[in-house]
Amino acid sequence: MTNTIQRKQNLVAYGFVLPFFVVFTTMFIAPLAYSGYLSFFAHKLVGGLQFVAFGNYVRAFQDPAFLYGLGRTALILLIQVPIMLGLALFFALALDSGRARGSKAARLLIFLPFAVPGVVTVLMWGYLYGQNFGLTGQITRALGLPQINFLSDKLVLFSIMNIVTWAFVGYNMIIMYAALKAIPPELYEAAEIDGASQVRLAWSVKIPMIRPAILLTIIFSVIGSFQIFNEPKLLVEIAPTGITQGFTPNFYAFNVAFVNQDLNYAAAIAFLLGFVIMIVSYVVQLSMQKKQVQS
Amino acid sequence: MTAQLTPVTAPPREQHKRDKRRKANRGQRRSNLLTVVLWLAVLYFFLPLVWLFMSATKDNGDLFTTFGLWFGHDFNLFANIHDVFTYQDGIYVRWTLNTVLYSCVSAVGATVLATMAGYAFAKYKFPGDKALFAIILGAIMIPLTALAIPTYLLFSSAHLTNTPWAVILPSLVTPFGVFLMRVYAADAVPDSLMEAARVDGAGEYRIFRTVSLRLLAPGMVTVMLFTFVATWNNYFLPLIMLNSGKLLPLTVGLAQQSATSSAGGGAQALFSTVITGAFLSILPLVVVFLYLQRFWQTGLATGGVKG
Repeated sequence: MTNTIQRKQNLVAYGFVLPFFVVFTTMFIAPLAYSGYLSFFAHKLVGGLQFVAFGNYVRAFQDPAFLYGLGRTALILLIQVPIMLGLALFFALALDSGRARGSKAARLLIFLPFAVPGVVTVLMWGYLYGQNFGLTGQITRALGLPQINFLSDKLVLFSIMNIVTWAFVGYNMIIMYAALKAIPPELYEAAEIDGASQVRLAWSVKIPMIRPAILLTIIFSVIGSFQIFNEPKLLVEIAPTGITQGFTPNFYAFNVAFVNQDLNYAAAIAFLLGFVIMIVSYVVQLSMQKKQVQS
Repeated sequence: MTAQLTPVTAPPREQHKRDKRRKANRGQRRSNLLTVVLWLAVLYFFLPLVWLFMSATKDNGDLFTTFGLWFGHDFNLFANIHDVFTYQDGIYVRWTLNTVLYSCVSAVGATVLATMAGYAFAKYKFPGDKALFAIILGAIMIPLTALAIPTYLLFSSAHLTNTPWAVILPSLVTPFGVFLMRVYAADAVPDSLMEAARVDGAGEYRIFRTVSLRLLAPGMVTVMLFTFVATWNNYFLPLIMLNSGKLLPLTVGLAQQSATSSAGGGAQALFSTVITGAFLSILPLVVVFLYLQRFWQTGLATGGVKG
C-alpha cells in the first residue's frame, strides 16, 4: 500500500522536474557537449577539418592573446574586486548601523546603477570619459588640471574597472545588507550597551556573522570578472588601440568565433574559460571554508 | 588597533551615562562624519545618471559646449524623444517591443519551469533527487555568457539563429531560480497542509494548482523579476544570435546606433539621439525595481543568507 503511494509520488515528482530538465538538457548540456566535441577538431591547410585531440587547448596555452587576457582578468581580481567588495561592505555596515542621516535614500541611490542595463552603463561611461563632451574632461579643465585620457592604452583597463565598480557596488551591498538585517539584534545589543564601538561591533560580530553572504559576493565577482565582455566590445569603438582582440578572455572567444571565423578554437576557449571559472571559484570556496574552521 | 583599545566593560561611575546612551541608541544616534562620507559616495553613483538626464535634454550643440551636470541653453528633451522615435522609421519602438517580448516570454517560461522543479525538490523525496539537485547547484556556477558561444554553435548547426527563439530558449534555464524556489517552497508550503489536502482526496497536481501555487506566488515574482531583468539587459546572446535589424533588442540596437554616431565623429547629429534613447531605456527597469523592491530583496537575501 505505502509502496504504491510512494511510487505514485515519485512519478508526480518526476513530472514536476521533467520540463525543467528537458530544457536544461537541450539548452545547457547539449551546447556544452557539442562544443566540447567541436573543440577537438581544427581546420588544416592540408586535409581540411581534422581531429586534433587536445591541439586547440595546447594552442590556447601558447597563445599570447589568450594569456594576456587571463592576466588582465587576474589584475581585475586583485585590484577591482577587493575595492568593490570593500566599498560594498563598508556601505552595508554604515547603513545597518543606522548612524548616517538619510540612509534609506542613500541605499536606493547606491543600488540604482544596478538597474541600468550593462550596455547603457558602458555607453554612458564611454561618453563621460570621451574627448568630445566628456564630463571628466570638463571637470579637469574647470579645475585647471592636466587632461587625462581615460581611454588611452595604459588607462583603459582601469577605466573599465571603474565602470564595473560603479555598476556592482550597490548589488553586492544589498546582498550584504540583507544578511546583516538577518542577524538577531540580541546578539550585539549587549555589546552595544556595554559601549563597544561600531567598528569593534562590525569587526567581531557582524562581519563573522555574514561570512556566507560575503563568500557569495566573492564567488559572483570571480565569475563576473571572467565574463567581462560588454566593456571591451563597446569601448573598442572609441579606444581602438588600447583594446586588443584578446583584451578579456570572453571578448577573445567572441573575436575568434566571429571575426577570425575559427569556431573550433573558439569552442576550446569557451570551454577552457568555463573550467578556469569553476576551478577559481572552487579554490575561493575552499580557502574561505578553511578559514572558518580555523576561527 | 582602536578596536583593541576599547574597554569591554564600562567602569561603574559611567552607569548613568551608559543608560543615557542606551536611550540615545533607541533614538538612533547619528554620526555627521559617516553621513558626509556616505553622501559623498552617493554622488559618485548618482552623478553619472544626472549627467545622462541632463544630456538627454540638450541638442548636439549644447552637448559639446555646456556643462554636463546642468541644463543647456534650450530644453530639448521632447525634441530628442521625437528624434528617438522617428529615427529610421521608428526602429526604436521595434527594438523596445522586441525587448519586451523576449523578456516577458523568458521570465514567464523560466518561472514556470523553476517553480515546478524547485517545488518537487523541496516537497518530494524521489530516487535521484540529490544527484539532480547537485547538477543544478553546479550549473549555477556556469553563467549564461560562458554558454553563449556553445549555444550559438549548436543553434547555427540546427539553423535556429536569427529567430526570436534563439534568444528566448536559452533564457528559459535558470538554475538559480530552481535553487531559490526550493528554498522558498520548503518554508512557504507546510507539509501538514499538503497532508490535509491528501486526506481530503485531492491529487498531487491538484494540490499544486489549488493550494501550493498561491503560497509560492511571492517567490515566483522574485524569479520572474530576476529573469526579466537578466533578459532585458542581455547583450552578448542577442548580439551573436541575431543579425536582422528588425529582431534586435534595445541593448544591441543602441550599441549599433552608438557605434554609427562615434564613427561619424562630431559632425553626426546622432549623439543626442543615442543618449536620449539610452536614458529612456533605463526608465522601465528603474520603475520595475522601485515598485518591486520587496521581491528583489527576498531574492538577494535568499542567496546571501542561505547560499
